[in-house]
Amino acid sequence: MIKIEIDGKLIEAPRGSMVIQAAQQAGVYIPHFCYHKKLSIAASCRMCLVEVEKVPKPLPACATPVADGMKVHTHSEMAVTAQRGVMEFLLINHPLDCPICDQGGECQLQDVAMGYGGGDSRYEEEKRVVAAKDIGELVSTQEMSRCIQCTRCVRFGQEIAGIMELGMAYRSENAQIMSFVNSAVTSELSGNMIDLCPVGALTSKPFRYTARSWELSRRKSVSPHDGLGATLAVHVKNNKVMRVTPVENEAINECWISDKDRFSYEGLNSAERLTKPMIKQGGNWLEVEWQAALEYVVNGLRQVANSAGADQIAALATPHSTLEELALLQKLMRGLGSNNVDFRLRQSDFSADGKQAGAPWLGMPIADLSTRDRLLVVGSFLRKDHPLLAQRIRQAVKKGAQANIVHSSGDDLLMPIANRIVAAPSQLVNTMAQILKAVATEKSAPVDLADVVVSESAQAIARSLISGERSAVLLGNFAQQHPQAAQIAALAQQIAELAGAKFGYLGEAANSVGGYVAGAVPSAQGLNAAQMLATPRKAYVLLNVEPELDMHNPQQAMAAMAAADMVVALSAYKHQAMEYADVLLPIAPFTETSGTFVNTEGRVQSFKGAVKPLGDARPGWKVLRVLGNLLNVSGFDYNTSEVVRDEVLANGDIADKLNNQLTGVAIQASTGVNGLERISDVPIYSTDAVVRRAVALHKTPDAAAPCAMFHTQTLQQLGIAAGDIVKVTQGTGSVVLSAVADDRLPVATARVAAGHAATAPLGAMFGAISVERA
Amino acid sequence: MLSEHIQQQIQRELIKYPAEQKQSAVMSALRFVQDEKGWISTDDMADVAAYLGMAPMAVHEVATFYHMYNLKPMGKHTLTVCTNLSCTLCGALDTVKYIETKLGIGMGEVTADGKFGLREGECMGACIDAPLMTVSNRRLCGRLTPEKIDQILAELDKS
Repeated sequence: MIKIEIDGKLIEAPRGSMVIQAAQQAGVYIPHFCYHKKLSIAASCRMCLVEVEKVPKPLPACATPVADGMKVHTHSEMAVTAQRGVMEFLLINHPLDCPICDQGGECQLQDVAMGYGGGDSRYEEEKRVVAAKDIGELVSTQEMSRCIQCTRCVRFGQEIAGIMELGMAYRSENAQIMSFVNSAVTSELSGNMIDLCPVGALTSKPFRYTARSWELSRRKSVSPHDGLGATLAVHVKNNKVMRVTPVENEAINECWISDKDRFSYEGLNSAERLTKPMIKQGGNWLEVEWQAALEYVVNGLRQVANSAGADQIAALATPHSTLEELALLQKLMRGLGSNNVDFRLRQSDFSADGKQAGAPWLGMPIADLSTRDRLLVVGSFLRKDHPLLAQRIRQAVKKGAQANIVHSSGDDLLMPIANRIVAAPSQLVNTMAQILKAVATEKSAPVDLADVVVSESAQAIARSLISGERSAVLLGNFAQQHPQAAQIAALAQQIAELAGAKFGYLGEAANSVGGYVAGAVPSAQGLNAAQMLATPRKAYVLLNVEPELDMHNPQQAMAAMAAADMVVALSAYKHQAMEYADVLLPIAPFTETSGTFVNTEGRVQSFKGAVKPLGDARPGWKVLRVLGNLLNVSGFDYNTSEVVRDEVLANGDIADKLNNQLTGVAIQASTGVNGLERISDVPIYSTDAVVRRAVALHKTPDAAAPCAMFHTQTLQQLGIAAGDIVKVTQGTGSVVLSAVADDRLPVATARVAAGHAATAPLGAMFGAISVERA
Repeated sequence: MLSEHIQQQIQRELIKYPAEQKQSAVMSALRFVQDEKGWISTDDMADVAAYLGMAPMAVHEVATFYHMYNLKPMGKHTLTVCTNLSCTLCGALDTVKYIETKLGIGMGEVTADGKFGLREGECMGACIDAPLMTVSNRRLCGRLTPEKIDQILAELDKS
């Protein structure tokens, strides 16, 4: 530690830290624009000039390392004159149009100008004008003239997002921030540039000119969209969510959020929102009062239970539902005498049930991802499924970690990859077995995989993993949805054990861990999500579920829904359920209800509603509570969601419930599949009901219409050319898509996105698929 | 696509830098492109970026920052006249005016036959010979007078 003095305060700062960081520790504010603690140092704005004793001229605090005995003055005459001078220069070309600027009221330049600038301007000449550029649907550059060239957005792209999409072209007076030939910024983290921009040059396109920052009240919330559970500030005006920004939480989202977290709020105000309970009578939908709708549900469920048995009732919930909703749903079902309840809608292999010691989780705190030195990520569309976990891994790789990938698609992760194996889905078990065998051989451990032939790349991955001190083996959504998920997990676990690595699952949704904690999984007598559809039930209760989009096999799901006597849909939206449901109960999305998400690291995060439920919608837990009362299920006397949560969490510490230990899974390493195999991802903006209705996100390239992607060789074998329109068939359904060549895919596979209306007629996310020219 | 010749030149350049620092060759690569094509199009920038494993925008930053890269066709012979202080004191503005009238083009323009382009330049570090200009960034011509300019242009016209 180094002792320095800032404004007379004696402080200790670590060697190598900068004066501005030391000052922040000491609570001394030094004005700045280009400096940001998460970005590299540019020292380009010069706003942080301070006086250092024995140095004849002012120094930039952000780029001056602390030195023993250094005496810094941030308010001396020299410092103040320098700051005032810089401020005057910065304002020379900056339009003084704060009253009509979208950033006004939350603008760093405005604030610093108030604190450190002069009252008037001596500049009377013309100001420079920078033309606006179109960089996509999320970030507006309409007022580029306001840019003060701090280059935070450029550094963010290079260092955090991993892709340099913005740059500063030209120089001196002509310098301007732009993208390469006006291409769109496509990073899934691009919205953070809006927060980083200290002026109004980069603004939020969907939010622009819809509210002033001082009209908004900020309410803390938790993101429901992925397993991370980012801390959000929901900005509210007149009981409407106007925008969402991150709340700094170093342990989870640092100071970032993904575009999905940021812009999906538009879906909350969608015209498709369900605002009144509805009953279908004689093929027509009628809006009714809650009482009538609930009684209809109660009578219907009773009738099914009495005539066909309670096990003819099945309940499905999305993992995006709150812990309270999931807990009450399973309690309600069990109260009715049915054990058919599940939230693992996209899972297809349930053979690990009963063999898993606890809820599958990340296996370590999220923050530990940044400090791993060897990683093996198996079956994950990492960037799109977990934008901020990918960001953490990117930072780890930057610090020297080796990232190894086993997956069925070689998507660009925007970071250097040490070793990558791209194998068809049917070959993943074998690939993992190869790595296990290689690790075992290196460690001279016994392993029963005689007929597995270790490839060179499997060997390389094994060596990489062993050479680390802080390794991790992680399973992505794809691996968890795989038809041999249990085997892949068992192999991954053994690899991790032998290599001394941590073993974890990357949670797909907000409550991928919480669902287990809430007990929203079938017990031994119950049916799991796949069985509920394979052996159709007479009645289904759907909690937030859109079966045509949320299920592993939408074709089967829709058949089961159509054949059911009664479908009760608890949903925030009018969706395709209008075709097959009998009752629609409007429930509140995450901003309109209190609730709890247990994120992928097992952190319990409760939140309050930010706004009142829209129309007659009610929080899901309240609806389920009343249903429990009306069905005379005991123990449904909850007055608040907190009571429900406390009951769920009462029996034991959450940490005791998290356990990835898997025992007794038999490995069948050799599996041959004839013909074309399907690879499916759930596109980033198709994962849950809210984000599916976010308008701006759906204009981005990430939300482009699904196509059928093939390796060039596969295209040749199929006798089709890239760009052709093809008919893709699975089971009884087929869709027409355009064919695209992607050599990052294994041969004899077809990548067709799931979770999208355009591919909903198809069957399971994995397995055989046929393609012909349309 | 970068021509075979450009690729060979870049390859030779890359030997000078560590394997993971290929971007160090970006300025030379852009120069090779300009030598061959006379200017650097955005497609060329994207090609250079792909070849060196850089973001296209990073190449664009370099290409637009340095004045000697032509971002549009600048004729067979690009005349770059220095208009910084020393040259201006020695009459560079008259030089510019003379060339403009002689060729019938303005600053930043190219003659109809595509032979000559005229650009404004920054200090070339040879103020002793002010006023001066370069021909296609290669040949430095100093102590310019109308007669000398006529002579240079006549010479270039023939080549």
